[in-house]
Amino acid sequence: MIRLENLTKHYGSFVAVDDISLDIPQGVLYGCLGPNGAGKTTTLRMIAGILRPTNGRVLLGGDDVQVNPIPAKARLGFIPDRPFVYDKLTGAEFLRFVAALYGQEGDAVERRVTELLDVFELTHWKDELVEAYSHGMRQKLIISSALIHRPQCIVVDEPMVGLDPKAARLLKDIFRQFVARGGTVLMSTHTLEVAEAMCDRVAILQHGRIVAEGTVNDLRQQHRAGDASLEELFLKLTGGAQVRDLVEVLGADGDRAA
Amino acid sequence: MTQPSLWRVLEPKWRTALQRMREERSRGSARLFILVVAALLFWGGIFAFLYKILKALEQVPDVGPLLAGKILGVALLTFVGILVLSNVITSLSSFFLAKDLDLLVSAPVDWLRLYSAKLGETLLHSSWMVALMAVPVFAAYGVVFRGGPLFVPYAILTVAPLLVLPAVAGSALTLTLVNVFPARRTRDLLSIVALGTAGGLILLFRLIRPERLASPEGFRNLLEFIAVLRTPTSPYLPSEWAAQAVMGYLRGRVDVLPLALLWSTAGAFVVLGASLHRRLFAPGFTKAQEAAERFVRGTLWRRTVGALLYFLPVAKREFVIKDVKLFFRDTTQWSQLILLAVLVVVYLFNIKTLPLHRGEAVGFFYITLVSFLNLGLAGFVLAAIAARFIFPAVSLEGRHMWLLRSSPLDLGALLWSKYWVGTIPLLGLALLLTGVTNMLLEVRPFMMVLGLVAIVCLTFAIAALALSFGALFPQFETENAAQIPTSFGGLVYMMASVALLAVVIFGLWQGVFQYVRSIYLGQPVVVDAWMIGWFAATAALCAVVTATALRAGLRRMERLEF
Repeated sequence: MIRLENLTKHYGSFVAVDDISLDIPQGVLYGCLGPNGAGKTTTLRMIAGILRPTNGRVLLGGDDVQVNPIPAKARLGFIPDRPFVYDKLTGAEFLRFVAALYGQEGDAVERRVTELLDVFELTHWKDELVEAYSHGMRQKLIISSALIHRPQCIVVDEPMVGLDPKAARLLKDIFRQFVARGGTVLMSTHTLEVAEAMCDRVAILQHGRIVAEGTVNDLRQQHRAGDASLEELFLKLTGGAQVRDLVEVLGADGDRAA
Repeated sequence: MTQPSLWRVLEPKWRTALQRMREERSRGSARLFILVVAALLFWGGIFAFLYKILKALEQVPDVGPLLAGKILGVALLTFVGILVLSNVITSLSSFFLAKDLDLLVSAPVDWLRLYSAKLGETLLHSSWMVALMAVPVFAAYGVVFRGGPLFVPYAILTVAPLLVLPAVAGSALTLTLVNVFPARRTRDLLSIVALGTAGGLILLFRLIRPERLASPEGFRNLLEFIAVLRTPTSPYLPSEWAAQAVMGYLRGRVDVLPLALLWSTAGAFVVLGASLHRRLFAPGFTKAQEAAERFVRGTLWRRTVGALLYFLPVAKREFVIKDVKLFFRDTTQWSQLILLAVLVVVYLFNIKTLPLHRGEAVGFFYITLVSFLNLGLAGFVLAAIAARFIFPAVSLEGRHMWLLRSSPLDLGALLWSKYWVGTIPLLGLALLLTGVTNMLLEVRPFMMVLGLVAIVCLTFAIAALALSFGALFPQFETENAAQIPTSFGGLVYMMASVALLAVVIFGLWQGVFQYVRSIYLGQPVVVDAWMIGWFAATAALCAVVTATALRAGLRRMERLEF
């Protein structure tokens, strides 16, 4: 469903994404992990057609996002990490607007809007301007907007940020059901417990390259990690084990401000 | 605990400013050159205009310097008025809505340091433009009245407290308002009040027809005229103290009192402002966190605009409805229409009061000439309006581009929607300005038709230029739409529009001149190939500019990354 071929992105002389190739089949929940600045968000934004790759291409359901963007993007629901929404639209208006961008309108959209707002407990707020929404409510609204047109695949950047535990659990259930019905989810996350519990396969990115790819069990075997958790694997692969002495970072008792 | 210095509190601000300057410099010298030339032209224009007036006044014994002082007083009063309004609005952002406030308020920074830092920031942001405008004004006074090099520090000494006073007064007013209304509602309220006041003042100023007061014939005798000139507008106005201080110095009679009044009042204001801040800032800042609760049903636009555009594909239709809703729900946007309406009334009033149809019949030549010049003026007004309302259209979408670019929306449809949402109201205004002025001028049908067709062609081209330059020079980080046209891109757009206007006026004049000459000589008007050729070439130029600009804008949008 999602296919990346030699995907590369340069910002001047800086290489953000370095020749990534990946094939994510239908019905898979795929996790993209990596330390800050590894190139996860850049990769996701190239898949969504927001950034143009320097080299390589992205295929969504067989259509190149740059060459044939309309059918490719019609299959996609994108959830960014920062929830920028039109402040002067109401929640319901925003969802109707997004549906229209996908060429959908009428009673079916109205029913879908009601359904999604209900699921994410935003019904009470549907006629209020988005400027009054909290960060978590905006995030829920954006997730609803990504589902409004019934996409075939969802690309999501840090899905749990800002969500309360109930909404986070709901989102996990939605993604699992979406995948069970043949949809594809590609998500980037820092929450390794979430990735370990939810993802069928994961890729670990560092310095713009994939340093490991497969199921969590595959990774354990490949790196002879025994029963290591994904967190331990991640730290081993990304060189993050050199954690500074906590006492040094937090300061001794005598150093604290009075 | 040692408090951080004021310099340290303001560090993020000045470091950002320095970085911006570095970025500007790295963008090449052509950009800097254009900015410098534009600034020099602007300064030179103001200086030359004032120099001419002051030089003429200098020749008139007794009355001349008095009148020059009066003009300075009025100019400074205008500056102070603008500054108070500007400080009220700026202080709302810097004291209550700025992004650095959470950090500063949660840090152990004392109230006086916070007040001083934010007052300084407010003063700088709202006063720099007025301070720059004051440079050629004071330069003209200094040169004409031979102030000498010492006049420069003296003028700075006089102007400085004049900038502090409105900053303190404006921020104190905002502080009080925020304690009564939520900050976001206060911003809406202030936008309407500020623009309503500005509009009202412009209207009032124009309707009392100040040009009649300029002639001493309006006064019963010369002594009364001089007596009025000698009387200060109000002995309590700081602008009047500043004018007295400057004119006293320039006429060789240095009076310390006005300067002392200015500085002591400014000092007292800062002390009073600080104590008010100590009392009211904490409750005001808490209130500022409250959102203006607004439930909206939003069926009006769907039923009107939506029904009108039913023939369009759903994406285009919803895009237009969305843009219209965003405009009319944002008070800082629609409230500018008040000012626009006032300016249109003043514009038409000016045409109506032209002494063309009084007494004996005025030559047909002059009416045609005024009608023709009006075309150029209307074009310029439309270009300025497009700069304010159409130029920022692409920039305002910046933060939402993740949605537009990841959806299957064709960017052409986006540009199409933006173009028509901006062009149709502009077209209405263009036809109103040209049609009504031509009716007031009682022009012949030939000029009426020519004027209307020309302004329609120009409107299409000007709107396309505004949208395209907005895409070529986007300001995605600026949230305030009113600040976007004041960028470098806005300047380049205005230059391009004025150049187009000049070429169009030149082209049309070739045909119109033949028409005027025929009528003037009593010959029948012959619409020949020459006339048609020029008119057609002008229309073709507008069409080419429209198409090329829109294509360039689209290409740029396709390449933009977010």
